[in-house]
Amino acid sequence: MQETHTITLPDVTPELRQQLFAYVLQLADTSLILAHRLSEWCGHSPILEQDLAMANISLDLLGEARSYYQYAAELEGQGRTEDDLAYLRAAVEYRNPLLVEQPNGDFAHTVVRQFLYDAFHYHLLVQLQAGPDRQLAAIAEKSVKEAAYHVKWSAEWIIRLGDGTAESRRRVEAAIGALWRYSGELTTPTATEQALQAAGFLPDYAALQQQIDAHVARVFEEATLTLPQGVFMQKGGKAGRHSEHLGYLLAELQYLQRAYPGLKW
Amino acid sequence: METAELTQEEQFQTRIDADVRIEPKDWMPEAYRKTLIRQISQHAHSEIVGMLPEGNWITRAPSLKRKAILLAKVQDEAGHGLYLYSAAETLGASRDQLLADLHSGKAKYSSIFNYPTLSWADMGTIGWLVDGAAILNQVPLCRTSYGPYARAMVRVCKEESFHQRQGFEIMQTLCEGAPAQKAMAQDALNRWWWPTLMMFGPKDADSPNTEQSMKWRIKRFTNDELRQKFVDMMVPQAEFLGLTVPDAQLQWNEQKQGYDFGDVDWAEFWDVVKGNGPCSRERVQARVDAWNEGAWVREAALAHAEKRKQRAETAAA
Repeated sequence: MQETHTITLPDVTPELRQQLFAYVLQLADTSLILAHRLSEWCGHSPILEQDLAMANISLDLLGEARSYYQYAAELEGQGRTEDDLAYLRAAVEYRNPLLVEQPNGDFAHTVVRQFLYDAFHYHLLVQLQAGPDRQLAAIAEKSVKEAAYHVKWSAEWIIRLGDGTAESRRRVEAAIGALWRYSGELTTPTATEQALQAAGFLPDYAALQQQIDAHVARVFEEATLTLPQGVFMQKGGKAGRHSEHLGYLLAELQYLQRAYPGLKW
Repeated sequence: METAELTQEEQFQTRIDADVRIEPKDWMPEAYRKTLIRQISQHAHSEIVGMLPEGNWITRAPSLKRKAILLAKVQDEAGHGLYLYSAAETLGASRDQLLADLHSGKAKYSSIFNYPTLSWADMGTIGWLVDGAAILNQVPLCRTSYGPYARAMVRVCKEESFHQRQGFEIMQTLCEGAPAQKAMAQDALNRWWWPTLMMFGPKDADSPNTEQSMKWRIKRFTNDELRQKFVDMMVPQAEFLGLTVPDAQLQWNEQKQGYDFGDVDWAEFWDVVKGNGPCSRERVQARVDAWNEGAWVREAALAHAEKRKQRAETAAA
């Protein structure tokens, strides 16, 4: 990443502005969809303390999504609002990676999905807060504190489940088996991400991958879990090619705005 | 022996009458302890069962701002549940036992949460009316005679007042919005008005616990007194919103400086209390399922904690 220097939006080329818009939207979609999944646990988790924890993480991610959507709307400059972007785009226009739209499954699936995302998210935000885009850096600076809490929570649960009972180990291994194949997309750059990397706006994902791998390996070792090797990595979400789950999720999320368009709530 | 016990009981009542707070290590009549465990746990259960009807709309909230507010509110409710279970535990009850009683249907929770949330306006109505009723019930409990309960209620009431304002704001936005939104608000009021009046409990004449609870200063007002206060407070707010309260008998009474209002459908009230409300089965089942399906998670956490402890002991040896 380049030396930190503050840019103001009018200075960037229209092309770069378009790329930043696409990228910030991708971050916004990612946070929103994961927040949505976590919020589905509300009132249904294994113990009250975890209801609180998951609602808390969901709320952090939702707050982050709102900041990104607001900034994306500003970058786009077409007068759209955070709600237009969240509620009035179809599944093929959503840019979240496949991992975050995966169903909650049992608690182990939710924890594994969360940990794989948190490990990426935390290290990404550490880098983004030092980036040249002042607004993006400011959002990252606020969010990284929350992400540090999230990754602590999910890592602790990976350890508890891995090094808990035979049943919890069986379940967490099954969840890793189901979800690991979605982890590679997080650090596989799209054309937009490559362009932003070349322009110094995004970190080098290969270096980021090393930090994530080290973090995951540390936690898996403490959890006495084996790191999967040579898994084929699915991708497509960041290009708008999603799993079949996203359509249902958006049908639920968007229904009121779709049924009563253009109103204040 | 008997005279000694009587003296203890008299001393206890003297402290109550002097508004001295009772604390966990103080002597208290067994019936006082039991009444409080019942009331506080019922209150705690209401908080966690109450997460379900509102949680039902988190994934469908119509704007990101409303979604965030609702999520924060439901999170607060889980927190209230935690304070209240802790307060009940100071009386010697165990949280696991209290939950087992909820799951078996032995313990009750507020009848209001057995009604379904059918539209977004229900989120406004629950905040405005249901939390409004809860506040009227709970503010006097900040001065209730049992210290841990009173202190828990101070925190709960602050957050509840905030939720209530947010609920009213949802209603105001709907009522100032499109005709379809206003109709949604009116429909929600029509469905929730009477169930909210039922939250204050049976009529004083049919409330067997009231007299003793007032003598012990667990309760400070009767059910009917609070219900009257609620109606007097809410009718002007409904008028401000341009909504109609679904009660043909509702009328201002100049002489008593309060509203006269129609009678609650007590048959429905008792049906709901007995577990035959529209969502009674679903609510309890959701809690039972969460508990049962989460058993392996709680067992894993315990097993891991035990392993850690043993490793630490081995390392220390």
